[in-house]
Amino acid sequence: MEVLGLLADGMFVAVQPLNLFLILVGVALGLFIGAMPGLGSVNGVAILLPVTFLVPPGSAIIFLAALYYGAMYGGAISSVTLGIPGASTAVATTFDGRPLAMQGRASLALVTAALASFVGGTVANILFTLFAPLLASVALSFGPPEIFALMLLAFATFVGLGGDDIPKTIFSICLGLVLGSIGFDAISGAPRLVLFDHTGFLQGIGFLVLAIGVYGIGEMLWTIEQTRGEVTATTPKITAKGVAADTKDAVRRGWKGTTIGSFLGFFVGVLPAAGATPGSLMAYGVTKMVSRKPQDFGKGHPGGVAAPEAANNSASTGAMLPMLTLGIPGSPTTAILLGGMVIWGLVPGPRLFVEETEFVWGLIGSFYVSNVAAVLINLAFIPLFIWMLRMPFTILAPMIFVLSIAGGYAATRDMFDVWLMVIFGLGAFFLRKFDYPLAPAVLAIVLGPIAEPTLRQSLLLSSGDPSIFFTRPIAGPITVIALILIFLPAFKLLRKRRSLA
Amino acid sequence: MSITKRNFVGLALAGLVAFSPLSALAQEWKPRKPIDFVIMAGPGGGADQIARFIQSVAEKKDMTTRPLVPNNKGGGSGAEALIHVSGTNDPDYTILVTLNSFFTTPLRQPNLGIDIQTFTPVAMMGVDPFVLWVHKDSGITSFEQWVETVKAADGDYVMGGTGKGQEDSIVIAYMSNAYGLDIKYIPYDGGGAVAKDLAGQQIMATVNNPAEAKGFYEAGDFVPLLAFSDERMPAYPDVPTLKEKGHDFSYYNQRAVVGAPGMSDAAAAYYGDLFTAIYESEEWQGYLTSESLSPLWMDADEQRAYWTTQVENHKALLAAMGE
Repeated sequence: MEVLGLLADGMFVAVQPLNLFLILVGVALGLFIGAMPGLGSVNGVAILLPVTFLVPPGSAIIFLAALYYGAMYGGAISSVTLGIPGASTAVATTFDGRPLAMQGRASLALVTAALASFVGGTVANILFTLFAPLLASVALSFGPPEIFALMLLAFATFVGLGGDDIPKTIFSICLGLVLGSIGFDAISGAPRLVLFDHTGFLQGIGFLVLAIGVYGIGEMLWTIEQTRGEVTATTPKITAKGVAADTKDAVRRGWKGTTIGSFLGFFVGVLPAAGATPGSLMAYGVTKMVSRKPQDFGKGHPGGVAAPEAANNSASTGAMLPMLTLGIPGSPTTAILLGGMVIWGLVPGPRLFVEETEFVWGLIGSFYVSNVAAVLINLAFIPLFIWMLRMPFTILAPMIFVLSIAGGYAATRDMFDVWLMVIFGLGAFFLRKFDYPLAPAVLAIVLGPIAEPTLRQSLLLSSGDPSIFFTRPIAGPITVIALILIFLPAFKLLRKRRSLA
Repeated sequence: MSITKRNFVGLALAGLVAFSPLSALAQEWKPRKPIDFVIMAGPGGGADQIARFIQSVAEKKDMTTRPLVPNNKGGGSGAEALIHVSGTNDPDYTILVTLNSFFTTPLRQPNLGIDIQTFTPVAMMGVDPFVLWVHKDSGITSFEQWVETVKAADGDYVMGGTGKGQEDSIVIAYMSNAYGLDIKYIPYDGGGAVAKDLAGQQIMATVNNPAEAKGFYEAGDFVPLLAFSDERMPAYPDVPTLKEKGHDFSYYNQRAVVGAPGMSDAAAAYYGDLFTAIYESEEWQGYLTSESLSPLWMDADEQRAYWTTQVENHKALLAAMGE
């Protein structure tokens, strides 16, 4: 096996003292950066890019990859402990991670997140090692109609699942879609929905602004109202027995989500249009759909933590693939990595795997090593994260508020976004009081801006004929499945009515 | 306080600094916080690649006391960036990497109220040519053969680009007019996405900058058919130009850095020096060669004159397109 030989060489490169040191530092920094709201892997990699000029190019990219990995793990930490998504990729982790923490089972959520991340990363690495060139060609066969079909499927998983109130879910999706369409139109370049003619709306509504508003501020208000300021969070204790039980529970209830997240996340990550955030949201939706107890999701199901965490790690590895093989970044972070590679004299693109074998396999080797380092460092720090939760909510709440504001500002350095975030927080609080699910709105603001241009590009391709979504070999089956999922609840409803009559 | 010899010297020096002419002080302007390095395009395309490259050179050679922080604002064909930069409350710390949408976007969207002559010229880093590319599986090897294929497709020939009124669409519109072609044009959000969909044969041809298509060209997937430069490019000696085909048309994308409106002269001078140093660096000169950009160095006055002629040119080009 030539591949295995190359990989062994690559791992050997990764465990050279300098590289191993860089991996450990990178992972630790990444964990911290990922856990700080507003400081996602994008900012982390951008801030630390200059540092990498001090070491050889191979080591530099290994460092940045380790940082990227660490940030994917770290995102879960604040999602679980504070309810603020540490990075946009960890938004779906708050859906179930936060309820678990509120029930005093934060350690279960964190252990599940760490293990799922590890499995997701490992699965992605193996897929990457074995099928990189093949997957690159799969990514190329996804044109606008295929991407749109996939987005439709993602929406369908959120609508077509039982448990939630479907009209309210649809309302929530529509709200997200409208918010997502604010700003410049991608196809015509014309400004849309510029409310009150305020120029701040021209740049559109940042996803992180909505996510921090809804989950940071909205959640904080909700908790305060529920508890009336009383200390209700159970004091979680860490014991060896408890951790062992958590691990067992995590494996038992999270394996399905982990499996789905690992594979789906990788695949979505490979598509240049998507990336880790849509990947994690889709994995959550699919896992909830296939679960035997979908009604438990959103109330603290470990599967709801495992799926997005496995997916975001897997997708972040997947997103490296189009960058390395096609020279097209699959995510904003990889775009920065791409800039770094160009200055180091490495030309990403179809020739990289042939001409720079040592670099490519060194990088892949470092993915494996980073992944192991990240899970170990993460598990070691869990008691520290849990300790934060022992603080009474009266102290935690202002901390969450400050972190949310700072995080919202850090992402774009624009006060307008901070005000917007506060408004979203208040809006989310009231929507929640009226029992509207908020996750679909968050999903829609992420996927809407991908779905809309691809829909319009597809219809331009076919001169306005919607059959393009059914006749193409890849888009066709995906569209059909999506439509079945969307109309499934309607059929069920009809049958129920008939049997009643 | 008794005046010793030493602190007398100190006081005298302080006095010298305090009373030295303002202009001399102004020369000393240096950034004291990170610089907002706005890019008029999304991540991954030609403009973004260049901005990231410039930032990396500045970091690598430690040329700035504070970092350039890339900030992609590609929305609305760069309108988002123009509004952001012209509305900044910190003009000394806001610079913009431009492409030709710097000229076309204010023309196409007059309601934005952008007057580009209020911006501060900093540096012209070079101009990027355009090339017509097809996928090797199409079997097309010459421009003439391509024209025949497009005509035979009768309106079903699909090309991708970065949007109506954008650089590549101007080139495509010129070709369509000159040869009577009927092309279906699909807009994408960046040159990188366009090249990717040509590689996957979702679209049949593109007009991309060499930098965006180079990887696929070197792998043998893309075939260049025609260059829109004044002369044949050294990296593509076998590719004819549109001028050789008897049409007096060439088109380049400007890769220029401009400062926000209202930038102080001292700051403008600082950025002028900084980008001159970057322009003259071995790295940038190497980039110009490897990515087939043409050097086109200009001082501030020449840049303003260039803006005026480019606005007039683009007015005519857009009018010809019916925009």
